[in-house]
Amino acid sequence: MKAQVTVTLKSGILDPQGKAIEGALKSLGVAGIASVRQGKVFEIEITDGDRATAEAKLKEAAEKLLANTVIENYDVKLIG
Amino acid sequence: MKAAVIVFPGINRERDMARTLKLVSGRSPAMVWHADTALPAGIDLAVVPGGFSYGDYLRCGAIAARAPIMDAVRAFAAKGGLVLGVCNGFQILCEAGLLQGVLMRNARLKFICRNVYLRVERSDTPFTRGYNAGQVICVPAAHGEGNYIADADTISRLEGEGRVIFRYTSPDGTCAPEWNFNGATNAIAGIVNARGNVLGMMPHPENHVEAALGPTDGRALFQGLEVHLGRAA
Repeated sequence: MKAQVTVTLKSGILDPQGKAIEGALKSLGVAGIASVRQGKVFEIEITDGDRATAEAKLKEAAEKLLANTVIENYDVKLIG
Repeated sequence: MKAAVIVFPGINRERDMARTLKLVSGRSPAMVWHADTALPAGIDLAVVPGGFSYGDYLRCGAIAARAPIMDAVRAFAAKGGLVLGVCNGFQILCEAGLLQGVLMRNARLKFICRNVYLRVERSDTPFTRGYNAGQVICVPAAHGEGNYIADADTISRLEGEGRVIFRYTSPDGTCAPEWNFNGATNAIAGIVNARGNVLGMMPHPENHVEAALGPTDGRALFQGLEVHLGRAA
């Protein structure tokens, strides 16, 4: 089973990298960009178990390591 | 002072730290590998040094904070043992939950390596009894992620409980945006935990201890620890 964990900065946390990317996009002339926030995507393969177990494992992984919940939110998605 | 310096893959300041500890206390610290599960018996101080543990992968300090030895460091701190984290060590202690908050990318995205000025906010901690409150010291900083952030409640608790120990200031001790080079909240450069036995700081006091190499303002931190531990013994 494949899964995707997305980690993003909480709103209100300053994201200087996102700001720099936003500035670069604007200077490239890409129109209509209001703002950019940078995050991370983890593609994870789960060895076995049902969907509920997999989801619980992924949440554990996100809580224990993938995200720092002081500044980041995470989202777990099972794919196929 | 019997110290242990924790060594993670990618750390590069452990020998500077060991040299300073030997210089001040006359005793070489034990170098403890990250995969070990226990600290040497009878130590007074555990130091998490600076560098780039695990190449700063995922988040600075995130992987080192989950290394086997960190359970022993946590247990040591819980018993009141003194723990000092410098630079990557500060990041590791935050990731390990021994200190609150996070060190984010510097506000202007640059790695900054130069001497900076810190105002010592308190002299009545084990780590700062070698200084006077309000004294300004010059120590080197070398980091890309030193921008201290925590939620508003945590910041007001840190400030209210006097747990901000070092702040980035001008040479005469004035807080101003131009001296807060990494954009840290309230110009915070170093904090202690609620019990006051765990200190994390971004700049490197261990690198300003010998006159041949410039200022020696960092030395009093280690001398103060030595005095503190001498009195406690």
